[in-house]
Amino acid sequence: MGRYIVRRSLLSLPLLLVISFFAFALSHLSPLDPAEAVLQAQGVPQITAELLAATRAELGMDRPLLIRYFAWLGACLQLDFGKSYVTGKPVWSLLGPAFLHTLKLTLASMTAIIVLSIALGVICALRQGKLLDRSVRGISFFLTSVPSYGLAALLIWCFSVKLDWLPTSGMESHASYVLPVAVMTISYAGIYFRIVRSSMLSQLHEDYVLYGRACGLPERRITARMIRNSLQVAVSVFCMALPIILGSTVVVENVFAWPGLGTLTVNSILGRDFPVIQAYVLVLAAAFVLLNTASDIIQAAINPKLQKEL
Amino acid sequence: MTNILEVSDLRIWDSDTGHVIVPGSSFQVRQGSCLAIVGESGSGKSVTCRAVMRLNKASIRQSGSIRFDGVDVSELSEQDMRKLRGKRMCMILQHGMRAFDPSRVIGVHLRETLKQHYGWSRSESDASMVMAMRSVMLKDPAAILNQYPHQLSGGMLQRIMIALAIVLEPDMIIADEPTTALDTISQFEVVEQLAQLRDRLGCAMILVSHDLGIVRTMADEVIVMKAGVIVERGATEAIFSEARHAYTRYLVSSKLALDRHFQRMMEGVGGGVAER
Amino acid sequence: MKLIQQLWKDKLAALSLTVIGAIVIAGIFAPFLAPHDPEEVHMELRFAPASWEYLLGNDHLGRCILSRLIYGIRPSVLYVFAALAASVCIGALLGFAAGYFRGKTDAVVMRVCDVMLSFPGYVMSLAVIGMLGAGLENILIAFVLMKWAWFARVIRASVLQYAESDYVKFSKALGLSHIRIMAKHIVPVALPDIAVISSSSFGTMILQVSGFSFLGLGIQAPHAEWGMMLSEARAVMFSRPELMLAPGLAIVIVVSSMNFLSDALQVALDPKLKSRRVSQPGAAASAEALTR
Repeated sequence: MGRYIVRRSLLSLPLLLVISFFAFALSHLSPLDPAEAVLQAQGVPQITAELLAATRAELGMDRPLLIRYFAWLGACLQLDFGKSYVTGKPVWSLLGPAFLHTLKLTLASMTAIIVLSIALGVICALRQGKLLDRSVRGISFFLTSVPSYGLAALLIWCFSVKLDWLPTSGMESHASYVLPVAVMTISYAGIYFRIVRSSMLSQLHEDYVLYGRACGLPERRITARMIRNSLQVAVSVFCMALPIILGSTVVVENVFAWPGLGTLTVNSILGRDFPVIQAYVLVLAAAFVLLNTASDIIQAAINPKLQKEL
Repeated sequence: MTNILEVSDLRIWDSDTGHVIVPGSSFQVRQGSCLAIVGESGSGKSVTCRAVMRLNKASIRQSGSIRFDGVDVSELSEQDMRKLRGKRMCMILQHGMRAFDPSRVIGVHLRETLKQHYGWSRSESDASMVMAMRSVMLKDPAAILNQYPHQLSGGMLQRIMIALAIVLEPDMIIADEPTTALDTISQFEVVEQLAQLRDRLGCAMILVSHDLGIVRTMADEVIVMKAGVIVERGATEAIFSEARHAYTRYLVSSKLALDRHFQRMMEGVGGGVAER
Repeated sequence: MKLIQQLWKDKLAALSLTVIGAIVIAGIFAPFLAPHDPEEVHMELRFAPASWEYLLGNDHLGRCILSRLIYGIRPSVLYVFAALAASVCIGALLGFAAGYFRGKTDAVVMRVCDVMLSFPGYVMSLAVIGMLGAGLENILIAFVLMKWAWFARVIRASVLQYAESDYVKFSKALGLSHIRIMAKHIVPVALPDIAVISSSSFGTMILQVSGFSFLGLGIQAPHAEWGMMLSEARAVMFSRPELMLAPGLAIVIVVSSMNFLSDALQVALDPKLKSRRVSQPGAAASAEALTR
């Protein structure tokens, strides 16, 4: 197992390198000259050639590409992502707290999604075809067609405005978690519940269920075995879901004015604040790769057969 | 000799599609004897066996009477049926690898089953299983108990199922194509073990197979099924030498033709192989 | 086509097909169908309720909501479809090349796809938009860039299984040119798979593109687009929540029709799924959503 962990982790390093290079190269993709972008973001009225040259020198943009890349990479590893073009503050001071807030929302949502999908998935699989199964499937299908911001607005209108039970926005109290988590859960649980359900259903027809029953084992033991086996698929799916949801909170954060990465990034995009965008891409893409690596390791721990594949 | 199993007018149909799988069959198994059910894939052999133990999936319905040791099991509640399964009637499946929970070691299923029927502790059930596994020629049984199904071969897993049957001591064993998924050498070993099992326990056996060679070795009586209908029944030798139904003759002759061809080929290599 | 006939038998699929067909036609012929100019401001009619002249009422700038809805079909549905088509074409080209020629071509294409797919899609789209700036074209470019790798991989898998078949080998032995073989033998059989994959992605893409517009990163005012209409309606949500109804319902109807259609397509193409125990709405959509 240990060897597998080492090998799998090593595999992720080249990927991280590619991502970092891509994040670095991002600013050069823009049609805007980076120096010009800085000056524009700062609101300088007249951009002359000397000002551009001075800015370039100041930001070290006249050094060769690779040197700049490694310098930038080295700084990033020390969490120094440069300074925001717009506010002038160090990027990490903006990104760090925002990341934390998004992480809280993501973890709370993931917990709710996992619990709900597994509960519904197992119950609906065991009662396949009956009313409960059909109605849950119909409702979840409908809900995945609803845009999350529409759903969010609806819930805000219903619970905050009309009933005044919950706060409309912000991140002050525990109560303010309820609506955003609810929206995230409703948007995503539908997908994962279906996966858990179909995984359970595929277990129903496995031979070990037949043999277990033929040996006279009680039904609850057999159900426990089915759940155990279908959870393997579910675990892998949920592990991959975490990074996806981490990156998908943008819209919900916007609607609920949640001070997270999504809000920060959207504002940076609108303000063309490249260092922030770059750092966002790097941090989140790296988190993605690391979480996927962790997910592969967890799956190999559960299903030892996978360890042979590396 | 009394019948351990009497099936009358067993009718099996799929409630989803309305398709009738078995229109109505009746057969008996005498105590201690071996009945072989023979036929091609899809002839309804496995469905019939599962129906006897009431293990078909929910959409498959059955009607008719199934008297096991005098009791009509089609009338029993699920709870009572569960008490019969394993203890009084046992099943051996075709694919050993799939019969066990892939996420746990073999020992888990064996211990749970023995605990369910005998209430034994872990050490007690392990001890019995180890003895039984030795008697089916499995080497190093204690280690096997701690292995996953995918780490063991098909033949070993079949023998583990037979070992479990030895410990459970049922009155009737249903072996559903026990050798079909095995290579020839393993087939030979498993057939040997099955025969020994019968001798040891004196139990009845229903052997489902489309391999006529094994049928000829093990069975006392044979019924031939085609498309869910029993087209012929009788003592083994009678079926093989004087089959009345065209289908049976076709099955037997195909097998004999293969055997003769094989013999001719083997004779060319120097020395014939005695026909089983 | 036989396929459409088969689909027509399933009433729900037929309904979805009709709905989507109607919406597409309405979008194409928007200038003829919309009762008013979608950008015409009538400040005196702000928040007016539904009337005979303005069937769905007016928004916060007095513009006709129905007209904006109809004109909004273009960016919300039609342009997204164009982006989807572009992405599928690129993916198909590379997928075919990889699956058919295999060997080095396959290895190279798959490595590139692996790298592209290990980037979180949403994050990368934001990155591209961040670099190129807000605007509908940039969102669509971002989507095409993100999605092609997934299509390439799935199409390659589909092509691989057909490229192995005997009739392809015979054709190669006969000396037919590769293009002819692909066109005659592989494309017709791979097309249904491609159709299923694309249709299941379409719903998600519509949701994501309108999501970006909602955030203000997409189409810019005063153009009409459903996500943006929702964003504008949100500003007055507390006083006039009914403004969110029209664009919200439009999105829900289109996306769910698309999902129904995609599932019906999948069932029609793979008879095994027809049996009651396996078929479930959203199977294709959920499989796709996993890799969003």
